[in-house]
Amino acid sequence: MRTVIFRTFAPYLSALMVLFSIFVLLRGHNEPGGGFIGGLIAASALAIFGIACGVASVRRAIVFHPMSISGFGLFIGALAGTLSFFKDQPFMTSQWLIFEMFGVEIALSTPLIFDIGVYLVVVGAIGSIALSLEERETD
Amino acid sequence: MTPAVIDDTTLYAVLAPFAAAVVAPILTRWFKHNAAWPLALVPALIFLHFAGFIAPVSEGQSFVAAKAWAPSYGINFSVYVDGLSTLFALLISGIGTFIILYAGGYLKGHPQQGRFFSFLFMFMGAMLGLVLGNNLISLFIFWELTSITSFLLIGFDHLRAASRRAAIQALVVTGGGGLALLAGFILIIAATGEIEMSTLLGSPDIIKDSGLYLPIFILVLGGAFTKSAQFPFHFWLPNAMEAPTPVSAYLHSATMVKAGVYMLMRMHPLLGDTVLWTTVLPLFGGVTLIVGTLLAVRQTDLKLMLAYTTVASLGLLVMLTGTSHEKALEGAVLYLLAHSLFKGALFMVAGTIDHEAGTRDITKLGGLRSAMPVTFVAACLAALSMAGLPPFIGFIAKEVLYYGTWGWLELGLPITIVAVIGNSLMLVIAAAVAIKPFFGPKVETPKHAHEGPVLLFAGPVVLSVLGLVLALTAHTTGVLFVGPTLASLTGVFAELDLHLLPTKINAPLILSLITIGLGITLFTQIDKLRALIASVLMAIGWGPDKGFDQFVSGVVSISSLFTRFVQTGKMQTYMLLTFGFTAIAVLVPAYLVDSFPAMPRMPDYRFYEWGILLIAVLGLIAVLVAKTRLTAIVSLGIQGFAVALIFMMFGAPDLSFTQFMVETLSVVILALVMTRLNLSPRDHRSVPQAVLTGVVAVAVGLGLTLTLLAITQQPFDSRLSDFFTEFSRSIAHGRNIVNVILVDFRGFDTLGEIAVVVLAGLCVLALIRVRTKPDEEELAAPSEISKSKPAEVR
Repeated sequence: MRTVIFRTFAPYLSALMVLFSIFVLLRGHNEPGGGFIGGLIAASALAIFGIACGVASVRRAIVFHPMSISGFGLFIGALAGTLSFFKDQPFMTSQWLIFEMFGVEIALSTPLIFDIGVYLVVVGAIGSIALSLEERETD
Repeated sequence: MTPAVIDDTTLYAVLAPFAAAVVAPILTRWFKHNAAWPLALVPALIFLHFAGFIAPVSEGQSFVAAKAWAPSYGINFSVYVDGLSTLFALLISGIGTFIILYAGGYLKGHPQQGRFFSFLFMFMGAMLGLVLGNNLISLFIFWELTSITSFLLIGFDHLRAASRRAAIQALVVTGGGGLALLAGFILIIAATGEIEMSTLLGSPDIIKDSGLYLPIFILVLGGAFTKSAQFPFHFWLPNAMEAPTPVSAYLHSATMVKAGVYMLMRMHPLLGDTVLWTTVLPLFGGVTLIVGTLLAVRQTDLKLMLAYTTVASLGLLVMLTGTSHEKALEGAVLYLLAHSLFKGALFMVAGTIDHEAGTRDITKLGGLRSAMPVTFVAACLAALSMAGLPPFIGFIAKEVLYYGTWGWLELGLPITIVAVIGNSLMLVIAAAVAIKPFFGPKVETPKHAHEGPVLLFAGPVVLSVLGLVLALTAHTTGVLFVGPTLASLTGVFAELDLHLLPTKINAPLILSLITIGLGITLFTQIDKLRALIASVLMAIGWGPDKGFDQFVSGVVSISSLFTRFVQTGKMQTYMLLTFGFTAIAVLVPAYLVDSFPAMPRMPDYRFYEWGILLIAVLGLIAVLVAKTRLTAIVSLGIQGFAVALIFMMFGAPDLSFTQFMVETLSVVILALVMTRLNLSPRDHRSVPQAVLTGVVAVAVGLGLTLTLLAITQQPFDSRLSDFFTEFSRSIAHGRNIVNVILVDFRGFDTLGEIAVVVLAGLCVLALIRVRTKPDEEELAAPSEISKSKPAEVR
């Protein structure tokens, strides 16, 4: 698997994939995409990077343990739902903050935070599985 | 009188200890053991708050306050303040104040002192919520919270096996009883339609008339008897003495174990005064009283002696509550008050002795009175109250309860005899606890004994002196505390006149004299008595404590037998069974009701659509003819991609997108699993096996296809899709309906799903770790692996 071409190429490919996954995540509310699919793309990026350059470098690159990322995603996902309590509305009532910046309409919302949570959960969980399965090969 | 509605301050008073539980570890880090001083302010303030209720409650008023919690189910966080709950709330917060101080001194320098404070406060909040609980469901939650915090506190010293066993035992017994209580509450709600205690108490005969009285009675008793350690559930309480002494003094004598008695007293207007009640309660209570005192005499450990007398006292309280006789109930209330004061004090004394002298075995203690004068005085005052001697509150309690049992017509005589024997044995223990360690020649103790710090003796002194003061002001005590509490039990408010000393010579006085005489006689023979009881117990050889172990090991062996039967450990068997039953589930009902779909007409596909279908079929054929497993996995991916293309062409880009990624990742992960599991690259199934799995595979595929066809042939109900199409943009500001459904309309489902994803990830990680390196280092510190792994590889 670890040909020189693949090893040289993989980091760039992975970086592009992660960038693309974030793009897919953010456009999700209006175009095809969203947190789940974005998370899957990013997880495959991690898997490719791991196959090419070893799991150790992936773990260094993402700093946190993938399961911590996953747990954090679940945490902010749940937290996004509680923001509506401040307006005395039921759990997970969506809150919107729409404003213009440099002439572009920007919509911030609790569903967006929730979707980011979904993204992190999927990246973390699937990435964790893939990385720990890859680990054996390097032993 | 209907209860008046008050503001939310009382609700916050119940929640305050939980806030203190959060702050406690931080304060302990800053101030070490002196954090006890500021922390003790919390229960002290709660005490003052409830002290404000004494005057109105003694005039016969009651109060409610509520906050909606889950209103659609009628569940509220609500409190009901009347005589009974005020008395309990005052005991919990008042004794709690001194327990916090005591814990500061007792666990001085312990590395986990902050956590200990935290647990104590959580318990305090749970207990307050229990005794003030108005809504049956929130009351139950606090009831179980006391069991859980008790578990944490008993198992505080979790490195010792005895602590862990005692903690689990207490949790199983009291938690199991709690479930019975929940069932009882649900029956009450079902039978009456009421969920608030205050409304139930407004119509006392509602349960007795409902026809469900018997099951409700049994279930409520199940909860109360386990919590209050009635025979034969008494065994967990002495074992709970594994906990640090502040816990024994607070939970396992003064407050938590009284929760069962509280429940019986609270339920007395609703369930009491029936033949069943006046038969079952005195019987169990009486047996518990005698068994508890006899077992107490046998012990030589101070804490265990006190623990068994607690069991006995709880038996006495249940017995008195079971009479439904007004005077006996009055005795029960008085005894409850007296017991909390003297037993709390005596436990703290026992702990101080243990702390300062290094042992609490009375055969190794003696002559401590000059070394520990303050503790000695406190011990004497508390023991005199426990022995039921004037001028202490214990004496008044005993007089009143004798008056009650003697005057009770139904079973007065046997109950009185039981009470006299129990009380005289109680006197024996009180004498042994107060006299043995302090009098006589000085005995060499493991530590050089000296007086403890003020944190340690503040509690015992105040509580034991209170036992004297409340007795000297007997009339006021009666009017302010006993009368209103009694009114909660009987439902009738009556003026009460208590006297310190009996005004004339009557039966109770004579019974008291008999008790004292018998007690002193038995005390002189205590060693013989102890040997006698020990030999009897030896002859019996079995007790519920042993029974608990047998029960636990029985449950474990039955479940392991069952597990071995269900879980064969062969993946092939699991898969075959799962898919086999799936096939049966889709095919058999369809066959029985004959709901197979009509043959669909041949669709009019374009050539490239046929092409993609062909690719899918080729992929499947490749799976079947593949020589190695890896080839088969990759070929399965071909079919998956073809399906993704089909989704794409029929206008489901999101679905198709996801299908692509899922296919890719599953092929990668399956291939990685293959390399890890060291499977042989080829499939070695025998022909009959291959035929069987083939049949199951075809059956599942056929079944699912037929089901899908049948569904699509139904008329399409478009209400949901219309709704989503219409409101996706206007309400949820999104044009991608799929995503809007996922994160907004059905966000709660997604929250559940991502929780499952996280859990699945953790489980897979754990499974892989198990197989990596089963050496001891990793097993000992699983959290370290993730950190050390990258470095190792590097």
